[in-house]
Amino acid sequence: MVKQLSVFLPNKPGILAKFTALLGNNEINIRALTVADTADYGVLRLIVNDPEKCMALLKEENYLVSETEILALQIEDEPGALYKIAKLMGDNGINIEYIYSTLITGAAIILIRVNDLEKAIKILQKSQMKLLSDEDIYSI
Amino acid sequence: MTDQYAYWNKDMELKTRAELDKLQDKRLRAIVKYCYEKVPFYNMVFKEANLEPDDIKTKDNLIKIPITKKQSLRDNYPFGMFAVPLREIIRIHASSGTTGKPTVVGYTANDIAMWTEVMARTLTTPGVKKGDIVQNAYGYGLFTGGLGFHYGIEKIGAAVIPISGGNTDRQILLMQDFETTVLTCTPSYSLYIAEFMKQMNVDVDKLSLRIGVFGAEPWSESLRTKIEDALHIEAIDIYGLSEICGPGVSVECPEKTGLHVWEDHFLPEIINPETQEPVSEGEQGALVFTTLTKEGIPLLRYLTNDISTLDSEKCNCGRSHIRMTKVLGRADDMLIIRGINVFPSEIEYQLMKIPGISENYQIIVDRDILDVLTVKVELTPDTFSDKIADLQTFKAKIERQLESTLQVNTNIELVEPGVIERSVGKAKRVIDLRKEKI
Repeated sequence: MVKQLSVFLPNKPGILAKFTALLGNNEINIRALTVADTADYGVLRLIVNDPEKCMALLKEENYLVSETEILALQIEDEPGALYKIAKLMGDNGINIEYIYSTLITGAAIILIRVNDLEKAIKILQKSQMKLLSDEDIYSI
Repeated sequence: MTDQYAYWNKDMELKTRAELDKLQDKRLRAIVKYCYEKVPFYNMVFKEANLEPDDIKTKDNLIKIPITKKQSLRDNYPFGMFAVPLREIIRIHASSGTTGKPTVVGYTANDIAMWTEVMARTLTTPGVKKGDIVQNAYGYGLFTGGLGFHYGIEKIGAAVIPISGGNTDRQILLMQDFETTVLTCTPSYSLYIAEFMKQMNVDVDKLSLRIGVFGAEPWSESLRTKIEDALHIEAIDIYGLSEICGPGVSVECPEKTGLHVWEDHFLPEIINPETQEPVSEGEQGALVFTTLTKEGIPLLRYLTNDISTLDSEKCNCGRSHIRMTKVLGRADDMLIIRGINVFPSEIEYQLMKIPGISENYQIIVDRDILDVLTVKVELTPDTFSDKIADLQTFKAKIERQLESTLQVNTNIELVEPGVIERSVGKAKRVIDLRKEKI
């Protein structure tokens, strides 16, 4: 499990620039990121090297931010690798609420929010999938 | 029976309906004659209406007198409506005049004494008393709020902190250090203070606050609940307008079932704002006041634009002074959206019924081909979710709530905390962009 920060951002020019400048100036490195957007606003979900520091910083700057535990899996960077995960979840009745990915040398990291975190962890462990911890992912 | 209720002028406050009627008739005859003789404007109005002061014998004849509108005060700017020479005037107040020249009012020494007396009653009625520390965060200056409260607070023997509006850091500091027990300001500013305290991690239960007396803008019953929950106080509504005297025209008693109008000084009516005909009791319309005792600038049947209803039934508190319902809005604040009348206060009332919603919202009306009503609502940590589906469900829920009660399509725009401008004085809740396009 890893800690993901979700930030509410209006869908307007310049907002992301201001946001990323804040992170950059405070030595916070983004490890993975995805945006879910609507016409008016977006929710930026990100994995950073220091979530506690980042959370405190964003709160201080009056950003609306929340923390969510999500799954991080390392898989082979090859065709069909994601299918195995998706099938495993589907076969066990676990809903993937959202999913995104980031690449490292020779492998891919999949970040998943599911509706039943504990069940998903058990199934993935049983299937010998490589679950990453906080330390694993922050130190990439 | 009446031990739980407090009175400043028990004799006057507990007069029966019949006694009040008799007193009002007597004072009405006197003020009509006074206006006719002393104010050229009223002399002309009476002559044009073929009316003699003697034609007005009781309140039943009131309808014969033409309505006085705010425009007449502007037309007679600055002192044309005064009934006394300027040397008799000891205080001048003026409205902000955002829509033209300011409206100017003048007080004689007797007027200030009367105003102080009604403010003393107004503060005593919800339970403010000698020994209280009253933080008066109404603006001091040309606006009647600050000084009106100030005189009333001193009169009852409580201690007044004349802090005026704004400087919220200091408001909170003094509230803690001086152990303020009563806060007086606009309802929106009280929420602003509460929000500020939350950010500063101030423990509300360590404060000594017990009562808030809030007015100068319409506020809904659900906003009252928000304020009471946020500050752990009794939130009391007070009403007044500078033309009639300032704050102190009416106030709620602990029953909170309407605001008692001090009828020995102010004679209220409700009329249909379009036809100007009186409505029957309990029906909604615009408030109209006749000042029964004022010397500086007496007004007959002055149209306020404030929408309310009247209830003359005797209250549990023992008073027969008529109750007006919380002002629902101003007739000129009423929005017409695709032909449907919508009061901003109704939007607020519906919004505040939704759990978790922030009290920071803004109504924006624009015109594409049809009118478009948009309400910006700030998200809070309680209502924010990292799942778009949750946010869209929340948005749809608010839209449904508003549409089903207002009968108007509404767009909800979720915005991040802090973007809606906070107000120190009267809140600017409505932006009508249609006006700029005409």
